[in-house]
Formats: sequence, structure tokens, C-alpha cells
Amino acid sequence: MCETCGCGDPEIVPVDVHDKILAGNDRTAAHNREHFRERRVVAVNLMGSPGAGKTAVLEATAGRLGGRQRLGALAGDLATERDADRLRAAGITAKSITTGSACHLDAEMVHRGLHDFPWRDFEYLFIENVGNLVCPAVYDLGQAANVVALAVTEGEDKPLKYPVMFRKADLVLITKIDLLPHLPDVRIDSIADALGRVMPRPLYFPVSARTGEGMDRWLEWLEHLRVARPSSEISGRAPTGEAVVVS
Amino acid sequence: MHEYSIVQALIERVGAEASVRHATAVHRLRVRIGELSGVEVDLFATAYTTFRERTICERAELDVQVVPARWECPDCGAPISRGHRLTCAVCAVPARLAEGDEIMLDQIEMEVL
Repeated sequence: MCETCGCGDPEIVPVDVHDKILAGNDRTAAHNREHFRERRVVAVNLMGSPGAGKTAVLEATAGRLGGRQRLGALAGDLATERDADRLRAAGITAKSITTGSACHLDAEMVHRGLHDFPWRDFEYLFIENVGNLVCPAVYDLGQAANVVALAVTEGEDKPLKYPVMFRKADLVLITKIDLLPHLPDVRIDSIADALGRVMPRPLYFPVSARTGEGMDRWLEWLEHLRVARPSSEISGRAPTGEAVVVS
Repeated sequence: MHEYSIVQALIERVGAEASVRHATAVHRLRVRIGELSGVEVDLFATAYTTFRERTICERAELDVQVVPARWECPDCGAPISRGHRLTCAVCAVPARLAEGDEIMLDQIEMEVL
């Protein structure tokens, strides 16, 4: 009540909050991250446009690592099981998170996805996010690292158009480089230049899931990520702690 | 359209704060949105108008402060301009985003009896 004059009118009170609106998501992400760290599971949040080659990269990764490392995947998909089906066929233990109309995964969806899923058995848990270069960048999931797949067919200026996504990337996989001979106007150097204007620590590997070119560097990076734990300190930088540019 | 889920989180948070203080209504929300936060302010405002109906925020104005992205050298503090390489030309270290990625609820003006 207004105490100045006792008129009985309600009082307007400013309440300072100064907190992140997504603080709830961040708490769940921290919870996920703690689970992963305790069980020494390396969680990788793989993002990129629809058709950037996220699933193909994971299929090729499984082809090379499958015999030596136990791989799991949570595949965010608006409506289908297709990605999870492909990943299972490649030997990855995979589960779909069907998001319905949601354009991204959040920490709670990942947490629920871990239920009834043998995630503790994996060396690597790939979280294949919904194909989208905008929304997924906003949500921490509890991952050890963010990886963004960018296909050469998407154009050289994608990083400049979507700076939020690329700023959050610890690593960019420039995919489908086997198509470069058909794309006379696309140069890796130009993509690298764009990345350097949105990523303070630009790190990228040109790869082809189809031919296997460049995949060794990606696998080495994954190995570094596993060895260089604890993961919570890695976010925002290369696992080695150095800015590394590989062309 | 993640703006909708961010607005949902915002309204839930405001509801919780209002409940703790036994507020009868909320008059104004002050939020800060960074240019590099990934939130489109117009969509955010539209989402707010949609979702506030039949909540404690129904009549609350939304006051959004947009924060421009500001990169600087973490060592010497020199500013690094938009569109330039995000490395300090003098110190050769990666730039730091000093501000511009916030999605913050700063203040709620609420009505208490």
C-alpha cells in the first residue's frame, strides 16, 4: 500500500533482477555438463544449415572411429527419424529428439533425451542439432565443444551473415570440399577470411565425408578434445588452448 | 523463432518474481538484448505481445535496450571495429567481446498492495 498518504492505492516497486533470461536453460546445461564430465563422455554439439552435411560427417566419423571408440548421437529433427536411422546404420547408437515446431535443441530436451539412452557407455556423444544457422547458437546444451558444419555450396559469406553462430563455434568443418572443382567462384581462403571476422579464434578444417579428405584432422581434434578434459574449460577455444588455423 | 521460447522463459521468470513479492500486476519490464545475442528484437517484441496475454505481464510494457557488439583486445584494450579481423593488430591476440551478447532481464516494475 502507498504509505506516503495512506490512500490505499497500490505501490509501484522497481525490482532489480539483472539475470540472464535463459538462466534456467544454463542451469540445466551445467547439470548435463557435470554428468558428461563425471562419466568422461565428450559431448559435441554439431550445428549447421539443413543440408550442410552434419549427418554425413558423423557417418564418415563412425566409419573411421567406430571400431575403436563407442559413439552415440542424439539427433534433433523437426519431424522425422531419418537422421537417427542413418546414424544407426553407420554403427552409432542414436536416438531422435523430435522437436516438433521448435527450431533448436535446448538443455532440457537434451537432458530428457539422455533418459532411457545408454549415454554413459560412450566416449563421444554427438548432439546433432536441428538444421538452422540461427536459433541453436543461443542455447547451451552442456557440450564440451560447438562444431559448425558449413558446406562449400553455401557460399563464402555465410559466416558474415550468421555471426552469432560462427562466434559460438570452437571448430568449423568446411564440408563437401569434393565439390570444389564444380564451384569455380568458391575459395576456401575467402571462407577463412570471413571466419576470421566473426570468430576470435578461427579454427576450421576443410573436409569431405565422401572422399575422406581432411577427416584425419577432425579425428585428431576429437582425440585432443577427449584427452584435454575437463571440458567446461574448453568452451570458446580450441582444445589445445591455441588459435590454430588450418587451410 | 527461438524468440518465442525466450519470451516464455521471461514471462515465467517475471511470474515467479511477482509471486514471491505478492505483486498484483506488472507495469514494465526492462530487458537488454545484445546485437550478437542471436535474438531479433522485433521478433522478440512480437512474441512478447502474443505470449503476455492472460499472464501477469498482460498490461506490462516491454522496454528493450539494444546493446551494440563491442570487440576489444583483452591485453591492451584497443577497440576492434566491426567487420575487421578479430585479432589485435598490435598484441596479436584474439579479440574479446566486451558486450553485445546479453539476453538479460534487468528490472521489473510491479504493483504491490
